[in-house]
Amino acid sequence: MEFLSTLSVLAESTIRVSVPLILAALAGLFSERSGIFDIGLEGKMLAAAFAGGAAAAVFQSALMGLAAAIAVSVFLALVHAFASITERGNQIVSGVAINFIALGATVILGQAWFEQGGRTPQLEAGSRFQTVELPFVETLSAVPVLGPIYDLLSGHFLLTYFAFLMVPFSWWVLYRTRFGLRLRAVGENPGAVDTAGISVTWLRYRAVICCGILCGFAGAYLSMAMTAGFVKGMTAGKGFIALAALIFAKWKPVNVMFACLLFGFLDALAIRMQGNPLPLIGQVPVQLMQALPYILTVILLAGFIGKAVPPKAGGVPYVKER
Amino acid sequence: MSVPYAKLPAWVDFGLIPLLNLTVAFLFAGLVVLMAGESPVRAAILMVEGAFGYGEGVGFTLYYATNFIFTGLAVAVAFHCGLFNIGGEGQAYVGGLGVSLACLWLDHLVPWYITFPFAILGAALFGAGWALIPAWLQAKRGSHIVITTIMFNFIASSLMVYLLVETLKPPGSMAPHTRAFAEGGQLPKLDWLLALFGLDIGGAPFNVSFLLALVAAFLVWVLIWRTRLGYEIRTTGASPKAASYAGIPQARIIIITMLISGALAGMMAINPIMGDQHRMQLDFVTGAGFVGIAVALMGRSHPAGIIPAAILFGMLYQGGAEISFEMPNISRDMIVIIQGLVILFAGALENMFRPALTVFFANLSALRSTDRALEAGE
Amino acid sequence: MSDIAIELRGIDKSFGSVHANKDIDLTVRRGTIHGIIGENGAGKSTLMSILYGFYQADAGEIVVNDQPVTIKDPNAAIAAGIGMVHQHFMLVENFTVLENVMLGAEDNQVLNRGITRARTELKRLEAEYALDVDPDAIIEELPVGLQQRVEILKALYRGADILILDEPTGVLTPAEADHLFRILAQLKEEGKTIVLITHKLREIMAITDEVSVMRRGEMVATRPTAQTSVEELAELMVGRHVLLRVDKGEAHPGDVKLDVKDLTVIDQRGVTMVDNVSFSVRAGEIVGIAGVAGNGQSELLEAIAGIRKATSGTVMLKGQSINVTGQADAAALRKRGLAHVPEDRHNVGLVLPFEQNENSILGYQDDPAYLSGALLNIDGIRGEAAREIEKYDIRPPNCRLKTANFSGGNQQKIVLAREMERDPDVLIIGQPTRGVDVGAIEFIHRRIIEMRDAGKAILLVSVELDEIRSLADRILVMFAGRIVGERDNTASEGELGLLMAGVEETREAAE
Repeated sequence: MEFLSTLSVLAESTIRVSVPLILAALAGLFSERSGIFDIGLEGKMLAAAFAGGAAAAVFQSALMGLAAAIAVSVFLALVHAFASITERGNQIVSGVAINFIALGATVILGQAWFEQGGRTPQLEAGSRFQTVELPFVETLSAVPVLGPIYDLLSGHFLLTYFAFLMVPFSWWVLYRTRFGLRLRAVGENPGAVDTAGISVTWLRYRAVICCGILCGFAGAYLSMAMTAGFVKGMTAGKGFIALAALIFAKWKPVNVMFACLLFGFLDALAIRMQGNPLPLIGQVPVQLMQALPYILTVILLAGFIGKAVPPKAGGVPYVKER
Repeated sequence: MSVPYAKLPAWVDFGLIPLLNLTVAFLFAGLVVLMAGESPVRAAILMVEGAFGYGEGVGFTLYYATNFIFTGLAVAVAFHCGLFNIGGEGQAYVGGLGVSLACLWLDHLVPWYITFPFAILGAALFGAGWALIPAWLQAKRGSHIVITTIMFNFIASSLMVYLLVETLKPPGSMAPHTRAFAEGGQLPKLDWLLALFGLDIGGAPFNVSFLLALVAAFLVWVLIWRTRLGYEIRTTGASPKAASYAGIPQARIIIITMLISGALAGMMAINPIMGDQHRMQLDFVTGAGFVGIAVALMGRSHPAGIIPAAILFGMLYQGGAEISFEMPNISRDMIVIIQGLVILFAGALENMFRPALTVFFANLSALRSTDRALEAGE
Repeated sequence: MSDIAIELRGIDKSFGSVHANKDIDLTVRRGTIHGIIGENGAGKSTLMSILYGFYQADAGEIVVNDQPVTIKDPNAAIAAGIGMVHQHFMLVENFTVLENVMLGAEDNQVLNRGITRARTELKRLEAEYALDVDPDAIIEELPVGLQQRVEILKALYRGADILILDEPTGVLTPAEADHLFRILAQLKEEGKTIVLITHKLREIMAITDEVSVMRRGEMVATRPTAQTSVEELAELMVGRHVLLRVDKGEAHPGDVKLDVKDLTVIDQRGVTMVDNVSFSVRAGEIVGIAGVAGNGQSELLEAIAGIRKATSGTVMLKGQSINVTGQADAAALRKRGLAHVPEDRHNVGLVLPFEQNENSILGYQDDPAYLSGALLNIDGIRGEAAREIEKYDIRPPNCRLKTANFSGGNQQKIVLAREMERDPDVLIIGQPTRGVDVGAIEFIHRRIIEMRDAGKAILLVSVELDEIRSLADRILVMFAGRIVGERDNTASEGELGLLMAGVEETREAAE
């Protein structure tokens, strides 16, 4: 029984932690599948979290916060798009730059505007997202097996349901729509898209904007759902874990969900284990637990992914051949 | 309509364009200062005054610059091989471990100039060691070095906290840092150097490691442009296919390059540990590894560009500290923004002004030849 | 409707200092196959790119089907009924044929709705023009000839009346090329207008109705094909009488310097690119390997030169074996007297951002002559580079200039100078004059003959049959990874063409 209850706590925790990863990884999916590498998921998420927390506090409205988060994230995405697509600059450098700009700006502006040491004010209930219970969850929870599962699925933020729904939606967009076909094509052979009379530039800009929108949701979740306000540096590397998950998932939507759940589970496990001796191994230093997701990412990158094939035109600016 | 064409003169390529990129970066930074409710012009004046206005300021500026020369060189060496080493931060942190071990061992036994070479060795070995795994993974498994080095930065942070808290701090102490080093673990200041210019170093920790940094810069130049290894590094970075054609063992070159890069980053640790704090404490790197990226990009990966770029960022750090006295809202994080903007404009957007300048110079030379033709005609 | 499909008037285009198209006039009659011929760099591709909307002309007009049009992008070209079959296929390799054809004309935001219509239409087109391809096949699994069909289908699917084909036979065997010409004839019969860009004189004579000649950015002449000849066209192309043959004496072959036995190379896709190839090259002779590009010649060269791992077989260099199946070591081979002029000079043979003198030691950077202690012997390197510049007439004569700033022909000379001046015993050369202007071609050919006369063993690979026939003492023909025939240099083009098409030796001998 104790095991089951630990399991259910872990499952709840996993879901909670995976949401920003899923959103950010799907964001990266759209961008990278179109051929634009994005190291800047971290920066966009952070800036969005700040904008969300700030706007929600100022306007006392969760919706305003969400709008602000998306707007800021899309703005940064457009900067990346401008550098990568229009100016044909180095995409990794651009992503790194955006991460720093977001990191610095969120602290400076946060301090200047709210003077709370880089945080935004604590959000009241009305200004943030609340959890939502699925119908009849109380009565149904008595049902064996399915009941607890239903209970598990209930009680999450709207954004959580949104994140998971985005997985099949992204799949559908990528594989069943014209936009998705063209997006995948431009990441493999932009010349084919260009000669078919489709604007490579506009297509890639749209992909990057999609990335910005999803990162906006990810950031909003952090500062307006998971916690009640922005805290300096709150993304703490999640953007990079999302990137790793994306690569691990070989740039496929459904795989992305599973990869993020896996990483989320590891993170949840680390939090759970903190301070408690593991069976057989004994006391594990807290710093090891903290480093575990990163270590595992490296192991995964080394072992299983080594030569995963990214979109063929990935990272290469499109220049018409002469 | 066809764009008039002129090849840009070298001084534009290597002087004007980088300067333009930098200016625009600072303009945007000024914008952020405005948004924070302060005056960018006043901030700029405070900054320059704080950095160069008096001897102690200059001392601090050059002290910070020392850090950035090392980390800038580290990133630059990797760039020449086509690798983006973002792991300088972690490599510097772990390099500090090497420095501390040397100091903890020798500081009571020998004078500083004996400890110094051991510290250099320790820093280089440990820094290189921290770069080894990402290097090997990139060379042998194709794992993208950008991601692995980012991960290793996080791992380094956890590792060093653990070591400082559990192992390295003296028994009975609560604070996470090593014991203070005796004289054998302290580097002398360069007060005499500043005195030559009539400046009083005051309390600034500007020390001998600055000279080491200059030597390192020179040696990097020699390595990259005057040795066979440097040739092989540049070839691998410019064209892997040509490197294969030329019989260059690329995997080996990638690893060697990253080891050198990691060693340079590691050496950065000597400055704060032996030159200032005289012990190793938490996060003594304070972001220098990332500043190195901006410095390398600004300096076009050439030591002659890196040294001035490092001094510029040193100025930002020192001047930035001054600003925060008068403008408490503009903290050190301002520098992170500037860093990001410099990386953006000197890195990803480096060619943004090229088309406009090309048109300008083409029209200029067209005008000149018309003038000449007119003169000749008279 | 008049009988003129396309008229170009005064088309002018420059790229920086390169004046690619100078005031071009062109008239293409409807329902004809109109050839455009010119050397590399004559401006044909630029002109067609303007017609397809890739570039905008600096001046001039385009009239399609009697309507003046502004073609600002491929969409406008497609709308005007122009379709293009590119030299390097514009296909998404991991998509199916159907997806590639639909791209850009999907009919609907939701794909499923458009797919049925696309499939029907595709089947119809395939049947009508004998362009059979499985719509669900994945491009990267199709042979090149079929991939080209998909390119043509793409254009037809978008309703093209005017088809531009850019060097279509570069990757085809003579048999596939014939099939293509039959398709083109069929298309012509259906009223389509075809513009064929090529540098192959024989094709022009074979299937075009009219031919326009471009030279150095200018439209030099237009003739009805029936009223001209190969010689006249060649002369128009280069502007003077062209020595189609280099003067050379007899070869005096000596010892075997390079001995290849049962060499097999299987690439990462599992395709056997080189299939049990055996031959030898003697000192003082030029062995030429003829064949259409893509039949394994590139892989063969790379395996011998040590930049690609062979699957099995042996290669002996001056009597000692090279480890071709093990860790490639191009550097060791150089030390043993093998020099290699690679097919791809831009990405493989040179590092374009380097100065010319830095490229003059590429591959030889561990030669003691270039080192003084731990450092590079900069003066020695620059001195040698300057010497090579003079000897090979490389222009501009500045060894500190970035290699990217030299022209194609001079870049090739830089590579040749480097490899030849090492005084190798064996020299392997791939596509020595690709993209090189005529004047430099003669120089390069003469140098190769000089090397032969100095007793070097030379292995030459070229897709230009004329080059092989003019330089080689012995000709080996490669097809599908195998050596399918060996001839001396008196063999006729027809004979060699048959071998290049895979017609079996035994069957031929039996006739």
